[in-house]
Amino acid sequence: MTQLLLFNVFNGLIIGAFYALMALGLSLILNLSGVINFAHGGFLAIGGYLAYSLIPYVGFWGALIASPFLVAFIGILVERVLIRRLYGRDPLYSLLLTFGLAFMIEDGTRYIWGAQSLPYQIPSWLSRPLSLQFFFLTGYRVFMVILVTAVVAALFVILNYTRLGIRIRAGTLDLETVAVLGVNTRVLRNLNFGLGIYLAGLAGVLAVGMLGLQPTIGDNLIMPSFIAIIVGGLGSLPGTLAGGILIGVVSGITTVFLPAASEAVMYVMMAAVLIVRPRGLLGEEGRF
Amino acid sequence: MKFDKRAGDVLVWALLLTAPFWLPLAGSYVELGTRVVIYALAAMALNFLLGYTGVLSFGHAAYFGLGAYGTALTIKYLVPSTPVGMLAGIVLGTVAAAIIGPMIVRLRGVYFAMCTIAFGQVFYFIAFQWFSLTGGDDGVSAWHREPLHFGFATLDILNSNKAFYYFVLAIFAISAAAMAFLLRSPFGRTLLAIRENERRARFLGIPVDQHIWMSWVVSCFFVSIAGTLFSLMNDFVDPRALRWDQSGNFVIMAVLGGMRSFWGPLIGAAIFLVLQDYISSETQNWMSFIGLFFVLVVLFFPRGVLGIIRRKATS
Repeated sequence: MTQLLLFNVFNGLIIGAFYALMALGLSLILNLSGVINFAHGGFLAIGGYLAYSLIPYVGFWGALIASPFLVAFIGILVERVLIRRLYGRDPLYSLLLTFGLAFMIEDGTRYIWGAQSLPYQIPSWLSRPLSLQFFFLTGYRVFMVILVTAVVAALFVILNYTRLGIRIRAGTLDLETVAVLGVNTRVLRNLNFGLGIYLAGLAGVLAVGMLGLQPTIGDNLIMPSFIAIIVGGLGSLPGTLAGGILIGVVSGITTVFLPAASEAVMYVMMAAVLIVRPRGLLGEEGRF
Repeated sequence: MKFDKRAGDVLVWALLLTAPFWLPLAGSYVELGTRVVIYALAAMALNFLLGYTGVLSFGHAAYFGLGAYGTALTIKYLVPSTPVGMLAGIVLGTVAAAIIGPMIVRLRGVYFAMCTIAFGQVFYFIAFQWFSLTGGDDGVSAWHREPLHFGFATLDILNSNKAFYYFVLAIFAISAAAMAFLLRSPFGRTLLAIRENERRARFLGIPVDQHIWMSWVVSCFFVSIAGTLFSLMNDFVDPRALRWDQSGNFVIMAVLGGMRSFWGPLIGAAIFLVLQDYISSETQNWMSFIGLFFVLVVLFFPRGVLGIIRRKATS
C-alpha cells in the first residue's frame, strides 16, 4: 500500500511537472500579451516529433537541446506573422486564431509523421530502474524531475536577474509604462512568446519518453495546464508552478483510492478554488 | 433602414421555410439544412452571451452536449418519447449551467473564457469515462427519435426528413422569437448596457454579476435545446458533441456571420457547415483547412459578413 501510494505520488509529481512546464509557458504569454495560446499543445507535439526526427542524426542529448530551440523559433515566427496583429483587440480573436493553429498543427503532424504512435528511443541506461524495491524509479523519471527543476530554476533566475526577465515582469504589470521607458515592447512580447513556446517544446521532448508520440499528445496536457493556472492564480508564475505540481500530485493520490476520479478531482479543485478564492491561490487581487 | 431590417427578416424566413425544396435543386440534401438550423440555434444562443452581453464563453459545447446526452439517455433507458427526452436534455443542460454559473460570473475577459473552457471539459471526461452509462468513446447508440403524436394527428419525424426539418425549424422559430423578445425587453437592454460599459452599469445600480448569470443561463438553455435537436437528428450522441472544438465551432460561426447582428450566427453556421461538408468530402486533411479558415476569418473578417455589409451600407 505504502509502495503504491509512493508510486502514485511520484507519478503525480512527474505529471505535475509537465503540467507546470506547460502552464508556465501559457502563463508567460497570457500575462504579458493577454493571449490564451490554444496551440500550446500543438507546439508540444512539434517538440516531440522534431526530437524523434533529430535523434538519428544528433542522438538523444542533441535532440533534447536542439528541438525546443527549433520549436521556440517556430513560435517566434508565428507570433511575428500572426499573433502580433491581434494585440489590443478583443481576446476573442487571439483565442480563435490559436484555436485554428491548434487544428492545423495537429493535422500537419499527422500528415508528416503519420497518425500511429511512434516508438521513441531513450538511452538504455536511463530506462533502467534504480532500485528493485522501488521499481518505478527509472533513471528517466528521476532525470526528468531533475531537468524540470533545473529549467524552472533557470526560468526564475532569468525573470529575476536578467534585463529581459525584469522587463517581462514589468511589462506584465504595466506594458505602457515599460514602452514609455524606451523598451521595444514588440520585441519583448516576441521574445516572451518564444520563451513560453520553448517550455512547451521542452515538455514535448520529455513527455514523449513517457507518454508515447502521437499527434494528439498535447490534448491531454493542455486542460490540466489551464486548471493549473486557474488554481495557482492568474498573473502569478510561482502560483502557476505550485498549481501544476499540486494538481498532478492530488490526481496521483486520487488514482490510488478512486482511479475513475483522477481527472475529475482536478476540476473539483478548480471549482473549490473559484468558490473560495476566485483569484487563485497566489493570484493578485483585482487583476481580472 | 427600418424597412431594410424587415426585408431581411422576411428573406431569412422565406429561405428557411422553403429550404427542403430548393436544397436538393442546389445539389445538396435536406439533412444539411437541418444541421444548419440546429447549429444556427446554438450559435445564436452563444451570441446572446457573446455579442449582446459581451461575455466570452468558450465552453458552450458542454451544455449542447448535455442536452444531447440527456435526450439520448432518456429515450434509450427511460421513456421512448421525443418530447420527454427533449425536456430531460434541456433541464440537464440548463441546471448544469445554473450551478456552474455562480462560480464564473465574477470573472471577466480571458479569465472567464479559460474557466468556461475548463469547466466544459468536465462533462467531456464524464461522458468519456462513465462507460456503463454513456458507452464512453462509442457513444449512445441503438435508440431513435419517436414520431410525434398530437392526438388528432401524427408527425412522422422519424422517417420523413422533411417533417423533421420542419419540426426543427418550428423549435428554432420559437427560440429565435423568444431570444428576440428577451433582447428587446428591459432585461436585454440592461445586457447591452453591461456590454457597452460595465462600470457605468454598476454605478447605475444594476447588479451586473446577477445579470451576467441570467444571460449565461438563458444562453445555455437555448444551446441545450440545440443539443437535444442534434442528438435527435443523429439518433446517436458521442463525447465529441461536448468537446472543446465544438465550442470553438460555435464561436467561429457567430464571429463569421457577425456578432452584432441577430441573424449573423445563422449566416455563419450556413457558411461554415457548407464549407465543412464540401472540404471533408474532398480531402482527408479537412482539419487543416478548417484551422486555416479560423485564421483567415480572424485576420480578414473580424466583423463578420453582416458587419461588413452593414458598414458598406452606412458609408
